[in-house]
Amino acid sequence: MINNLIVSGSPHIHKQTSISRIMWTVVISLVPAGIAGVIIFGFDALWVTLVAVAGAVLTELILGIWAKKKITVLDGSAVITGILLAFNLPSGVPLWLPIVGAVFSIAIGKQVFGGLGQNIFNPALVGRVFLMASWPKYMTTFAQPLRAGAGYDAITSATPLAILKEGKVLEHISYLNLFLGKHGGCIGEVCILALLIGAAILLIKGYISWHIPVTYIFTTAVLAYIFGAAQIFHGDWLFHILSGGLILGAFFMATDYVATPLTAKGQLIFGLGCGLLTAVIRIWGGYPEGVSYAILMMNAATPFIDRYTKNRIYGAR
Amino acid sequence: MKNLIKEFTKGIIKENPTFVLALGLCPTLAVSVSVTNAIGMGIAATFVLLGSSLIISLIRDFIPEKIRIPCYIVIIATFVTIAEMCMKAYSPQLDRSLGIYVPLIVVNCIVLGRAEAFACKNNLARSFFDGLGMGVGFTLALILISAIREFLGSGQILGQALVKGFEPIFVFGMPSGALLVIGLLLGLFNLLKGKKEGTG
Repeated sequence: MINNLIVSGSPHIHKQTSISRIMWTVVISLVPAGIAGVIIFGFDALWVTLVAVAGAVLTELILGIWAKKKITVLDGSAVITGILLAFNLPSGVPLWLPIVGAVFSIAIGKQVFGGLGQNIFNPALVGRVFLMASWPKYMTTFAQPLRAGAGYDAITSATPLAILKEGKVLEHISYLNLFLGKHGGCIGEVCILALLIGAAILLIKGYISWHIPVTYIFTTAVLAYIFGAAQIFHGDWLFHILSGGLILGAFFMATDYVATPLTAKGQLIFGLGCGLLTAVIRIWGGYPEGVSYAILMMNAATPFIDRYTKNRIYGAR
Repeated sequence: MKNLIKEFTKGIIKENPTFVLALGLCPTLAVSVSVTNAIGMGIAATFVLLGSSLIISLIRDFIPEKIRIPCYIVIIATFVTIAEMCMKAYSPQLDRSLGIYVPLIVVNCIVLGRAEAFACKNNLARSFFDGLGMGVGFTLALILISAIREFLGSGQILGQALVKGFEPIFVFGMPSGALLVIGLLLGLFNLLKGKKEGTG
């Protein structure tokens, strides 16, 4: 009880925010995208999400008990990791896959480094990249959207970026369909409308700042415009913004508090780097989508960025 | 005699070259994809360690200190060439799957490290047992890592499928999986060592 009393000098300013409040608000902001995922891909999406969250929470709980440390499950960060991991998976994955991914995310992506606040990388992306390297077949089999009641167990379809990477011409998928998410893809990445609603909540509350998402998306769009098509300055930048995991990544994963730079200048550099890497991987790299690798690489560069964008401390030499 | 046995056993657990000294991790990562490769590499490296430790210990008083490293390399390279020729003659398939890592035993840190740290300062008998112990420790570590990686990465050990219907986890066949396995085993090793010494 004594530990709850804080003794300090004035000013005594009290703010309502705490880690728990922020984390649970992020969870709420992800709910629209989750609902959209279930509408578009069916209840499979719901089971994948729930299983991933359960795996993440249980792993953090068990590891905390085994290491005899404080139980941190209630702060909501494991729930966010589970949800974000699930949003990065196709809806048709076998249910053991998100569990293994969630265990890996929390155990290796977060706890091994020392828990929340010490992780170098975004844990959900660590799990997603591990799953991609381990079971590429499951991770690239996407269900056809909006096929309720068709009578088939599963119909697969390719994602717009995959079609683009193979060099095939896209039968015209309208920007509206891209915006609403009526195409193949991962559970949480397709419905841009729902993701923007969630992002707006976080921006209004001030829990994320515009620096990283705006620079990230802007850089990717510019590079896609210049280099995205066979002829320069003919790229379809709107297509690149609306497809793949860019919106999900830019607003919810590249803005992770722990693994990204502290200062505004650093965040601008971070967003620039992410956008650059994403565009390079998408246009010239081997994978159709580069968001997860771009964010992880910039996470690794964050300590370096932080060192060189330190704010000047006035009054000291 | 008891001291000599100690020189041998220290290479297996207390000063295991892979998990305690963290030497020679590059060939460990590359070679530990299958248990057959691991055993082959381990035997070759042990032979080279033994031979080079023996010769270096014998002529240690004649090698001038300023040029000792090139001298050690020449001696080690001789034994690696012998090992490579034998491998090419008697098990060409193993030589093909180990590829460039057989000639690279010359610069394997375990071999040069033991020459520099032990063989040049100790007599013949102790160097013999030290080289043997380090080689056996390296081989055992390789077998452990490759058993895990081969089972998880392709569902087999020594080419025999073990569990029916096991979905292989491809990342363990790749270098990233190798680093994961080695890192986690190192952590486990330290945990067990800490428990034994009572520091938990």
